[in-house]
Amino acid sequence: MIQTRGLTKDFVVSSSETVHAVRGIDLDIAPGELVAVLGPNGAGKSTTMRMLTTLVRPTSGSATVAGVDVVADPAAVRRNIGYVGQGNGAGHQQRAGDELTLQGRVYGLDRAAAQRRTAELLDALDLTALARRKVSDLSGGQRRRLDVALGLVHAPRLLFLDEPTTGLDPHNRANLWEHISRLRTEHDMTIVLTTHYLDEADTMAERVVVVDHGQIIADDTADGLKRTLAGDRVVLTVAVGGTASRVASIVEALPGARDVTIAGDRVEARVADAGAAVPELVLAASGAGAPLLEALAVRPTLDDVFLALTGRSLRDGADTTTTEEAAA
Amino acid sequence: MSTATIDAPTRTLTPVRRSWLSDVWLVMTRELRPVVREPFSVVFGLIQPLVFLGLFGPLLVGSVGETGGLSSTDVWQWFVPSILVMTTLFGTSTTGSNLQFEMQTGAHERLLVTPLSRSSQLVGRSLKEMVPLVAQAVILVLVMLPFGFRADPVGAPIGLAMLAVLGVGLGSLSYALAIAVRKQEWMFWAVQQTVLFPLLILSGMLLPLETGPHWMKVASAFDPLRWVVEAERALFAGDLTSSAVAAGWLAAVLTAVVGLAVGVRTLLRSTD
Repeated sequence: MIQTRGLTKDFVVSSSETVHAVRGIDLDIAPGELVAVLGPNGAGKSTTMRMLTTLVRPTSGSATVAGVDVVADPAAVRRNIGYVGQGNGAGHQQRAGDELTLQGRVYGLDRAAAQRRTAELLDALDLTALARRKVSDLSGGQRRRLDVALGLVHAPRLLFLDEPTTGLDPHNRANLWEHISRLRTEHDMTIVLTTHYLDEADTMAERVVVVDHGQIIADDTADGLKRTLAGDRVVLTVAVGGTASRVASIVEALPGARDVTIAGDRVEARVADAGAAVPELVLAASGAGAPLLEALAVRPTLDDVFLALTGRSLRDGADTTTTEEAAA
Repeated sequence: MSTATIDAPTRTLTPVRRSWLSDVWLVMTRELRPVVREPFSVVFGLIQPLVFLGLFGPLLVGSVGETGGLSSTDVWQWFVPSILVMTTLFGTSTTGSNLQFEMQTGAHERLLVTPLSRSSQLVGRSLKEMVPLVAQAVILVLVMLPFGFRADPVGAPIGLAMLAVLGVGLGSLSYALAIAVRKQEWMFWAVQQTVLFPLLILSGMLLPLETGPHWMKVASAFDPLRWVVEAERALFAGDLTSSAVAAGWLAAVLTAVVGLAVGVRTLLRSTD
């Protein structure tokens, strides 16, 4: 469905400064996949999506979307994809229903078909009562659902979602994803999603592509990434002060344990299987006269994956707009 | 929560490829819809010209004209056409801010990713400018008729058509400016204001240029508004064969052609 080879985008900021936003990305996405492109702001994920949706021209490399080259025939690409951008796609001065009908007309439906399609989508996304409401009068969650409806008017085989839930509260995020998941099942769509919400990528995507500094640094299922790159953690709190080093020694002796650290009464370490390690460690610590107050088995998150890959936390840069993003 | 499913996906309907003209029509009607539903902006846009007519017009009595000034009746034949051009200028030169808002919210980006021809998106928006400006001009003319303003029944519609053509060009340039300065939004108003007032003053629409210094007369020759203002005065007076009318059409059409070309080019280059 999507194939890129050496896809690159440079932004010339001034005569002496060029921002290399995307640096030679190779990516293959098969029909039906739901792929999350994950990375901090400015990593190049939105610029990549903007090239794939013909919003910006690549500086070099190639990209084929739905079987069409994005540079050779961008209009054909646009006919075959749906796009939900970071902002609100519906004009604020327009009525919600009018924008949907217009979107249908834009994709070549006659007036009656566009109106039928509008009614279907409004119903499917719980927006029917708001059809005649001005977009500026809708809540953030309602506008976002309308954006998704706009992206689906022509039932595209491929849908791009650029940070679709940014700014929404957890309830609205869950609600929107419920709608998207259902519509995806009904339409057998391929979905490419960018996000910096780790839990969103973790729970929604079947495949996670991690991007940093304009390059793909990992590409696997969320579980696969966590298993191979991060590993489980154990967090042990000693009950008797001064016994943390004794517990650390016990942990270090555990096969496969690494990165053992002590912070006050707490000992942390990475282990192969935290669920199996915790009971073993509790018994061993108790037997060594260093009983534990608390022992936690922590499954890795995608942030742990990112940390393992880059030495930085994704959360650190979540709200930082970088030069790359400003240039884009 | 609804559990409705979406029947008959359009993927099976084989959507029809649209023509460029139908794309332009779609964009134009989309832009017009809020104006028609809430004509407040059209009404609000009349306040300024009415203030000029009410407070500035009387000051011109006795000070305009080649032979010692015009009478209070004749001054409207000189000043009302000026105000029509001024209304066109103010209305269309600010319209780029609407596009700027849609660029901020994401609506412009959404349309860029649709099959709508990109040039039609600029042209459709610009053609929409004709409707509010002609509506405003008609209202102003009707308001001034009881005060002695005479609108030639043939010349007046031609004059309105010329304003519409001029408005398309000015609107296109305003959109082009909005796109060109999209990363520094404040620049839109800085440039618009900087260009607006020289164009206004050098057109001779508020005060006659005949009494100005030579350099101003030379500079005014490069201001398309000057030629349109003179043409509007001739047309509303019924002087349809005046050379000023031909010059006015030339200026209006050139503004429209240049405006549309610059606007379309700027839009297309914005995605490079």
